[in-house]
Amino acid sequence: MNKTLATLALLGAAAIVAGCATAPAPAVLDQQALAMMKASFRDQGIATVERLNQDLAQQACSAEKAPSEAVTKQVEAESLASIKWPSGGQYLGDWRAGERLAQSGVGMAWNNPSAEPAGNGGQCYNCHEINRAEVSFGTIGPSLWNYGKLRGVKNVTDPAAAAVVQYTWGKLWNSKAYSACSNMPRFGHMKLLNEQQIRDLMALLLDPASPVNR
Amino acid sequence: MSHPSDATALKTILIASAMLASLAAGAQTKSTADGIAEYRKMLEDGNPAELFEAKGEALWKQRRGPKNASLEQCDLGKGPGVVKGAWVEMPRHFADTGRVQDLESRLLTCMETLQGFNAAEIAKTPFGRGEQSNVTALATWIAGSSRGMKFNLPQGHAEERRSYELGKRAFFFRGGPMDFSCATCHSEEGKRIRLQDLPVLTKNPGDGLGFAAWPAYRVSNGEMWSMQLRLNDCFRQQRFPFPGFASEATIALGSYMGVNAKGAVSIAPAIKR
Repeated sequence: MNKTLATLALLGAAAIVAGCATAPAPAVLDQQALAMMKASFRDQGIATVERLNQDLAQQACSAEKAPSEAVTKQVEAESLASIKWPSGGQYLGDWRAGERLAQSGVGMAWNNPSAEPAGNGGQCYNCHEINRAEVSFGTIGPSLWNYGKLRGVKNVTDPAAAAVVQYTWGKLWNSKAYSACSNMPRFGHMKLLNEQQIRDLMALLLDPASPVNR
Repeated sequence: MSHPSDATALKTILIASAMLASLAAGAQTKSTADGIAEYRKMLEDGNPAELFEAKGEALWKQRRGPKNASLEQCDLGKGPGVVKGAWVEMPRHFADTGRVQDLESRLLTCMETLQGFNAAEIAKTPFGRGEQSNVTALATWIAGSSRGMKFNLPQGHAEERRSYELGKRAFFFRGGPMDFSCATCHSEEGKRIRLQDLPVLTKNPGDGLGFAAWPAYRVSNGEMWSMQLRLNDCFRQQRFPFPGFASEATIALGSYMGVNAKGAVSIAPAIKR
C-alpha cells in the first residue's frame, strides 16, 4: 500500500469514529428502528406481531428512496412467478358481487373476528374511482371508470383481450409483479381475497355489462 | 322531552344530511372539498372538546392519587407547571427520565412521580376507561393551551435527533397483510381515502392540518381523540398489530411529524367528522 492510500484510509477511519460520537450511522439507525418496531407492538386478536416480519418487497419499499434497479427487478420477477392463475381459465365472475366487494373496506384489522377472505372486502373505492354512480371514492390509485371499455375489451374470451384480462388478474393477485413498490395490496398473494372474489372484481372492471363500462 | 345527548345526535344527523344533500345537489358547482369545509364550519359552532378541556384543567389542579397531589409541579419541558406553549414543543428530551417523551407519556411520568399512580397500569388501560380517559382530558386541555401557536420542536439534543430519524423509518416501514406504511397515504399531495383528504406528513402540511389538528373531537363516534389514539387507529387501519400506548415507535412518529410540522399553527382541540 502506498503512503497516500494509507493516509486516506486513516482519515476515513477517523471520520467514521467521529461520526459515531455525534450521531449513529444510517445503518445503525436502521437496526435500531427495526428493534423499536418489534418492541413497540403486541398481538391483538388476528393482528399478531408476525405482521411486522417483512418480506423482500416490504423491506425494499420501506424508505423514502426507491430500491435499486436490481432489487426492483427481483421483487417484480418473484411477484410475477407467485401469481396463481384462475383454475379452469375462468377469469370473470359476477360484477354485482364485485361491486359489493369494491364497496366494503372490512377485513384483516385487529377488531375483525376472522382473517378468512370470505369475510373481507376489496376496499377498492377507498382509493379508486370505479363506477361513477359512487361519488365517495379515493384518489390514491388511478380512476378505473370505463376500465374495460378504454382498453377495447368487447368480449373477454376474444384472444385480442387476453393480454388485458391476464394483466388485470395478475395486478389483483400480486400488484408488485408490475410495480415493485405499488401502494396496492396483494389481494391473492396475501390471502386477502379468494379466487372467486377476484373473479367478481374482474367482472366489475372488464365485463361489458358492468356499469363501469357504460 | 329531549335528552341533551339526543339533541346533539339529532343536530349531527341534520348536519350530516345537509352535507349529503349539498354534496348531491352541488356536485357540478361545488367541489367535494368545499362541501366538507362547509360541514366543518357548521360543526365549529359548538365543539364538545371544550368539555374535555374543562375536565383536563380541573384534573391538573386537583389533588389526586395515592400521594394526594396535583399535577401543578409537572414539568412538560418548559419548567414545572408551565402549560402554555408546551404542546407545540413535544415530543422532546427530558433529563429526569433520560428519554424523548410525547405529551401523553410525559403525563404518565408526572402522574406516577407526583401523584403515585402506576404508569404501566395506565398505559395498559384501554382508551376511554379509568385513568386513561383522564390522560386524554389532560392532553386536550394542555394542547388547547397552545392554540394558535406554531410548532417548534427542539432538536438540540442528540436523542431528539435520533427520535426523529427513528420516526422517519417507522413512517416508511411497510408491513402487515396489506403492505401499508404511513407513507402509503400521507406522502403525496391531493390524495383522499373515499372523501377524506389526507394530509402530507413528510413536510409541513399547513396550519391546523395533520399533526396540528389533534387532539380532536370526533363527531362520528362522539369520542375525544388524543394523538396517541389517532396513531393507534391509523395502525389499526394499516392492519398492523397493536401499538403500545406511549411506546417508542409512537413517540418517534410524533417527533418525525412534529419536526416536519415546524411553523404550522396548532388548532387543537379540533373537531372532526
